[in-house]
Amino acid sequence: MAIDWFPLWLSLRVAALSTLCGLLFSLWAAYRLTFTSEASRNWARGLLSLLLVLPPTVLGYWILVAAGNESWLGATYLRLTGSPLLFSWQAAVLAASLHSTPWLLRATWAALDEVQDPYGRAALSLGASERRTFLRICLPLAARPVLAATILAFARALGEFGLTLMIAGNLPGRTQTLAVAVYDAVLSSRGEVARALVLVLSAGLLLLVWLASRAWPKQASG
Amino acid sequence: MIQARLKKRFPPSAKAAGFLLEVDVCSTAAVTAFFGASGAGKTLALDALAGFLRPDEGRIMLGDDLVFDGATNVHLKPQQRRCGYVFQTCSLFPHLTVRQNLEFAAEFRPKLERYRRVNEMMERLRLDELAGRRPAELSLEQKKLCTLARALLSQPRLLLLDDPSSGLDPSRRAQLHATLREIQRDLAIPMVVASRDFATCHELAQRLFVFHQGRILQQGAPEEIFDRPASAEVARLLGVYNLLPAEVLTLDPGRNRSSIQFDGYELTGPYLPGKFKGDRVWLCVRPEEIRVLPRAGRPAVNQVPVDFQGATARPGAVRLSFSRGILADMPREEYEQQKHHKEWLVEFPSTRLRVL
Repeated sequence: MAIDWFPLWLSLRVAALSTLCGLLFSLWAAYRLTFTSEASRNWARGLLSLLLVLPPTVLGYWILVAAGNESWLGATYLRLTGSPLLFSWQAAVLAASLHSTPWLLRATWAALDEVQDPYGRAALSLGASERRTFLRICLPLAARPVLAATILAFARALGEFGLTLMIAGNLPGRTQTLAVAVYDAVLSSRGEVARALVLVLSAGLLLLVWLASRAWPKQASG
Repeated sequence: MIQARLKKRFPPSAKAAGFLLEVDVCSTAAVTAFFGASGAGKTLALDALAGFLRPDEGRIMLGDDLVFDGATNVHLKPQQRRCGYVFQTCSLFPHLTVRQNLEFAAEFRPKLERYRRVNEMMERLRLDELAGRRPAELSLEQKKLCTLARALLSQPRLLLLDDPSSGLDPSRRAQLHATLREIQRDLAIPMVVASRDFATCHELAQRLFVFHQGRILQQGAPEEIFDRPASAEVARLLGVYNLLPAEVLTLDPGRNRSSIQFDGYELTGPYLPGKFKGDRVWLCVRPEEIRVLPRAGRPAVNQVPVDFQGATARPGAVRLSFSRGILADMPREEYEQQKHHKEWLVEFPSTRLRVL
């Protein structure tokens, strides 16, 4: 039986884009959170926990409401790009981002927090600005855990299913990602296809987890 | 000049019990010391001066600059305060070499001048040979010197040192103290040293604040605090005193005399201002101030018979422990000659009978 490998390439593209967006956002947010007041940090912690525990169907419902063509957000997107956001591959990127970014942000924030005291504090006491402290001290010192978290976020995005199905749908050749294709193959009793896709996905995730474990730091102390 | 009056409440949490830091520090000394046990609030006070801890209320002035004022919501960020902070953990950046660590602190200067200043500082603190090394390759003493050099290169108006000599052996500790005194003399940067070691505070500082459970128990010149602790708590923190419960018997301001009763024995000393007859007090005597002699006949004035309980060796002396909770020091030779005695007397100095 011929296997359509489009879901694999789409998943790789979606995971790469969502991880890139998630990493940039996480670095920016972690930078802001590292140097903000404890009250703001507590708010951010609560919000992150909420995003992490919210079921994909609930989150998906809110996105369907917020980004539908009748909504302000959906209408603006349609006017700017000429195509609707929902049920497009871009919606799959949004789904994967929402699935992996809160987790990536939490890991990035924790890694930066760990080096903020004492190294970040030392840099600030030497008169360095927050930006210089972040770029020259905190980020290089936290690079390995952030890299490990990024690899795992990519793995998470690669396997995203529930939210993708809700807002990107299951359109073969357009929005069908690897995880959705497995679901579709199982439902339509195409056992060989499901087996092949599951094997590829499992091997890929195994490789990513191994890579992430290699990236965990063995940090020298100062 | 440092003027800091601050209050910070830490509510109880799952990790720690509640804590209240409430201190009032005013010092014009070249070196000010915060002395106290672990958890007394010394590091928190340093953090507040450096800007890492925002007090709930109060006011902090460094020189002529207001850096914190709770009433007007002024709170300068740490990077704006110019407080060089030598943390207890050293905190050298582990991914940079010693030279790069030092250059980081001087990056506000033009490149050539930065290079010159870093070289000068490395020469001054004898770090030249370590320039290319990473912090992980340095000894503790070298790390402390590098951290000090880095803090000095940031051109601070105040240098904060958190337990600078902790973990060092006595000879290296003495060297570090000599370096700190030299830096103070040459660069005239005011310093605040927080330490659990009274000897370090005594050696370095001209003004000392005794911290205990977030409050200041006593302040003054180190010698003055050592000689006249203001309370039994301060004497306990200094750790060099016999603290013995006693009761005031007589007070005679005319003849500058008073007597107290300790464990049924009457001891005389100078007049005790501020005390009343019958007051329960603490008799506060250093072990080296007590005279120890073998018992022969009736005890004389200020002498108390005691039973010998044990002896521990100290440099050049022996510390004897007696019944009634008394510790006394005796020169080693004298002890060797008299150690066969079974019964002893301790004599309290009538001129230096401190009562708290």
